[in-house]
Amino acid sequence: MTLPVMHGATALQARDLFVQIGKQNLLHGVNVQLPAQQWTAIVGPNGAGKSTLLRALAGLHPRKGWQGQVELLGQPLAAWPVKDRARTLSWMGQNEAVSQELCSYDVVMLGRLPHQPWLAPPSAQDHTVVEACLHTTQAWDWRHRPLAELSGGERQRVLLARALAVQAQVLLMDEPLANLDPPHQSEWMDTVKGLVMHGHTVVSVLHELSIALQSDHMVVMQAGAVLHQGATHDVTTHAALETVFDRRIRIRQIEGMWMALPG
Amino acid sequence: MLLLAVTAGLVVLGVCVGSTGWESVWRMRSDPVAQQIVWDIRFPRTLGAWLAGALLGLAGAVAQGLFRNPLADPYLLGSASGAALGGAAAMVFSGTAAIGMEWMQRLGMTGMAFAGAAIAVLLTLTLAQGVQNSLRMLLAGVVVGVVLGAVRDMLELRYPDILQPMKAFGLGSTAFIGWAACLLMVGAWALSALAAWCLSRVLDGLTLGESTAASLGLPLAPMRAGLIAVMALATGTAVAQTGLIAFVGLAAPHLVRSMVNVGHARSTLLSSLMGGVVLLTADILARWVMAPEELPVGVLTALLGGTYLLWLMHRGHAARQGRG
Repeated sequence: MTLPVMHGATALQARDLFVQIGKQNLLHGVNVQLPAQQWTAIVGPNGAGKSTLLRALAGLHPRKGWQGQVELLGQPLAAWPVKDRARTLSWMGQNEAVSQELCSYDVVMLGRLPHQPWLAPPSAQDHTVVEACLHTTQAWDWRHRPLAELSGGERQRVLLARALAVQAQVLLMDEPLANLDPPHQSEWMDTVKGLVMHGHTVVSVLHELSIALQSDHMVVMQAGAVLHQGATHDVTTHAALETVFDRRIRIRQIEGMWMALPG
Repeated sequence: MLLLAVTAGLVVLGVCVGSTGWESVWRMRSDPVAQQIVWDIRFPRTLGAWLAGALLGLAGAVAQGLFRNPLADPYLLGSASGAALGGAAAMVFSGTAAIGMEWMQRLGMTGMAFAGAAIAVLLTLTLAQGVQNSLRMLLAGVVVGVVLGAVRDMLELRYPDILQPMKAFGLGSTAFIGWAACLLMVGAWALSALAAWCLSRVLDGLTLGESTAASLGLPLAPMRAGLIAVMALATGTAVAQTGLIAFVGLAAPHLVRSMVNVGHARSTLLSSLMGGVVLLTADILARWVMAPEELPVGVLTALLGGTYLLWLMHRGHAARQGRG
């Protein structure tokens, strides 16, 4: 599915974003602009507020927990009709307690909920999409097995297929590489690049810096604020990255690829 | 389908078993006393046992889906202790005629038990500040349960006369179900089954976690409130008619899940049918094992349900180890 091209547009934007949970301020005054039809990586040390920012962009914080403005495709989140928003923005969380009894196929089918009328059975198109998504993440072989019987990495690929099945223009993923082995990490990267090529926008929180360095756009966070945002290949972005990790990493180009090296 | 067939069979069996034996059914046409026994006592009781079980099974399936916890049961939000307290209060007031207000007597034991269950659930929701947070709701339910239980204990100490009937209420019994109670339960069951069917999508979505369910555009807050209302209505009605019958609500959804793997729309209804079959079976056994005496049916459901659940757990565990 190819989406209308709109170069230079902004997919997601946050202005003066403050997020508070209990008495703790998790984000203070964050401003970000995430370009449409690009892959953005949000990086930073533990506790920098990466996941909090991603949740805020997805509109998942309770209303009294945050202040500021979040816009999806130029329209405030609250102004979106619920179902349209669910079709436009797909969410893949980290460590969410997923029921262990459902089989993989049914889990992925739940991604089609925003496309189905209330209580209607899945349409032929729903089945086609679910099948395609399971093939994309190479999870087709265990479509009939319940999640309880899958390994961490296999489960992760089923959940990725679930997020893809929404066919949303914007995909938000919180640490999608957790539990994936290196071949499947690069598989995930190819999937993301394919999505971007077809006009989707992907935003991911990543701890794997060498993967994150292959993204188009980068948001570097530290202590609940955004230290830097810009094109990933920019020298200033690399400098910011080295700063937030206390200069204990170096970013070098090896065989044409940017890599993060310990040191 | 199978469950429906089993139900029909059990109903016939239930009508046939009783203190005067099988002959009553054969002599029904000629003997008005036998007819009365079968039609006014056995039949409503059999039907009522099935209905109460169906209500508890439904409430159990909704509770387990809503709290995403296989140990959740219909009494989770304090409705059990609320109903018990309501029942105790009714007994105290009707026993001491001076305080026994007229409306209280008309409302009677079942009405008070239902009111108690409803008030307990409302209290739980107030303490939990709404339905947003599952964990807070569970904790509030526990607190309400303990506090209302303590109040009931105080009532029992103050008025020792009610100890015996309260014990019977706590064990649960289907002996006092008449036609009116059956009608009431049919109504409550139809209403809550319909509502649960309509809201089953939310339960499906919640299996992915609350954030993902929210991102899929499911309006969680109002639907959760609806599901809790279903739970409270089903549980309150069943508890008010039959007392605290243990384990049916917990075991029925597990039994269904061990047999089939379907979405919540169907598994909720199946759990309901299963609950009915389980409780009716237990009721027939309770009347039959020591006939003409009766076991309290709650004792039997706890024994049978508990044993079967343990066996299921053990089998599931062994199967997983075999595969791993």
